[in-house]
Amino acid sequence: MEKFDKLSGIAAPMPLVNIDTDMIIPKVFLKTIKRSGLGVNLFDEMRFDREGNEIADFVLNKPAYREASVLVAGDNFGCGSSREHAPWAIADFGIRCVISTSFADIFYNNCFKNGILPIILPEDQRDALMKDAEKGANARIEVDLEAQTVTSSDGEVYAFEVDSFKKHCLMNGLDDIGLTMEKAAAIDTFEAQASADRPWV
Amino acid sequence: MSPKTLYDKIWDAHVADESADGTCLLYIDRHLVHEVTSPQAFEGLRMSGRSVRAPDKTIAVPDHNVPTTLDRANAETMTEDSRIQVEALDTNAKEFGIHYYPVSDVRQGIVHIVGPEQGWTLPGMTVVCGDSHTATHGAFGALAHGIGTSEVEHVLATQTLIQKKSKNFKVEITGKLNPGVTAKDITMHIIGETGTAGGTGYVIEYCGEAIRDLSMEGRMTVCNMAIEGGARAGLIAPDEKTFAYCKGRPNAPTGAEWDKAQAWWETLFSDGDAHWDLELTIKAEDIAPSVTWGTSPEDVLPITALVPAPESFKGGKVDAAARSIEYMGLTAGQKLTDIEIDTVFIGSCTNGRIEDLRAAAAILKGKKVKDGMRAMVVPGSGLVRAQAEEEGLADIFKDAGFEWRMAGCSMCLAMNPDQLAEGERCASTSNRNFEGRQGYKGRTHLVSPGMAAAAAITGHLTDVRELM
Ligand code: SF4
Repeated sequence: MEKFDKLSGIAAPMPLVNIDTDMIIPKVFLKTIKRSGLGVNLFDEMRFDREGNEIADFVLNKPAYREASVLVAGDNFGCGSSREHAPWAIADFGIRCVISTSFADIFYNNCFKNGILPIILPEDQRDALMKDAEKGANARIEVDLEAQTVTSSDGEVYAFEVDSFKKHCLMNGLDDIGLTMEKAAAIDTFEAQASADRPWV
Repeated sequence: MSPKTLYDKIWDAHVADESADGTCLLYIDRHLVHEVTSPQAFEGLRMSGRSVRAPDKTIAVPDHNVPTTLDRANAETMTEDSRIQVEALDTNAKEFGIHYYPVSDVRQGIVHIVGPEQGWTLPGMTVVCGDSHTATHGAFGALAHGIGTSEVEHVLATQTLIQKKSKNFKVEITGKLNPGVTAKDITMHIIGETGTAGGTGYVIEYCGEAIRDLSMEGRMTVCNMAIEGGARAGLIAPDEKTFAYCKGRPNAPTGAEWDKAQAWWETLFSDGDAHWDLELTIKAEDIAPSVTWGTSPEDVLPITALVPAPESFKGGKVDAAARSIEYMGLTAGQKLTDIEIDTVFIGSCTNGRIEDLRAAAAILKGKKVKDGMRAMVVPGSGLVRAQAEEEGLADIFKDAGFEWRMAGCSMCLAMNPDQLAEGERCASTSNRNFEGRQGYKGRTHLVSPGMAAAAAITGHLTDVRELM
């Protein structure tokens, strides 16, 4: 997994609330057995018309935001299905950070497995960053995971919370299966005890 | 001992390791797998030379891509990419030695219907699946939730999940439901109250008289949509109905082992003085037959209501409601019962069980689907289908003019040939009314099975109580 420490990039505003995983990556693109190459289909039904032409007023089609690496989004981003295709598509497009007031639980976890940092901020701070993002390409947002801060283009600094274990894995690009396997002894012990206590499992 | 909630008890019984910061390795008792979210996980195992740690606790079934037409044994009924996904699951199940119900098996069906039906899901278990509606299994008092594909790979390799504990949210439905009001209306009504993010960070326990009164099928319907309220999982404490449902299932314990299991299951309830981080009480009599008008499951109203005006909402929801109303082709102030529909879908892991088919058939008996309407019933599993045929329900559907299909996810998400065309409007017993969910620019109104049947007869959204 790609490491995440600092990011400085263009932020695209998506103020719509409840952006669901069907919007992020419609189900027709789930029929893949690979993780890569989904960026071209990110937000497909909002981004392209039926003939595959770009819809000009969709934010990521506007010249100012085509290189965006941060999304500032409406409440409850990523709700809906568990499809990891959503963060795969976001990362493949080049977006490494999403800022909102809240995220759906599964989507939030999936981000960390794919080198994406989801940041939760209070409404007023998210709204301020949304305004900032609306200024276009010359408004760059800076994200520092180590320091746990977001800095807006006019120098306003916002602190955010992140789980220490998730932060550690993201900063170091760690494979958490490998980490868990180092605890195989604990799992063995638990499994032995559990199968004695609950043999029907 | 300090008092505990049901969630606390199941959690505590499954922590295999705990770090200083509270990050835990939660042991997983049952891992359900379907074809859409698993290929990359199995591929990951292969690439790193890892195996499935507990193949005996891993159960796979294809459901999302599978056509539901009678001729589906013919591989050409599937598109190339669907076939590749299903074949990948065939191969992975065989290669890694996990339990498998292929398309040709009568026990095949939607993973969340097959799990309980085969007795894989039992009280007190931890159950995961790369699918958000894993919440369904919470009806058994099992801690069940959806995970992403990286987590699927993690569970395959280690039989554990890295988790931090959620908070406890108690949702109590007091008193008795009015006639015509079902489990589906309960669960939609709750989401209307909490919003789709209201449960974020919580595990919900549903309790109260109206929940106790539900059958296991109804309880599964309620827990199924816990995820639509944002919760990590939904739970209902096991009781006599739960034990009766589980007893005799192919993978349930028997004899002395059953007795031992039941003795433990009987301890699985929230202690009277347990701590709740959040509580919500709803009177059952306040719940009406419900329907969604928008493109989020929280856009729910009693069938007797009117399409709301966007300005009646606050904040970002004003724009979202305006967008929904436009997408849905509605007008603020329009009566919900005036909305004409052209498609009816009865099925999905929310409402594809035998009781759901009985409820719909009770309304349809002796009646006909309105001319020009497309109506289909898709049983949740091959066994539900067989039982419905035996009970004569299939004939009622067919006589009324419904298509009687094979088991699968079907039009719940349109990854298979069953889809809405652009602009088509469907009364659907599924769980998501997102834009495009049932087909590009398709329009979905979520309803209970009885309401879906009523709409099929009249051709517009209808208060089922008028046809009872
Ligand atoms: S029926 Fe619908 S919600 Fe249920 S598992 Fe299938 S696609 Fe998902």
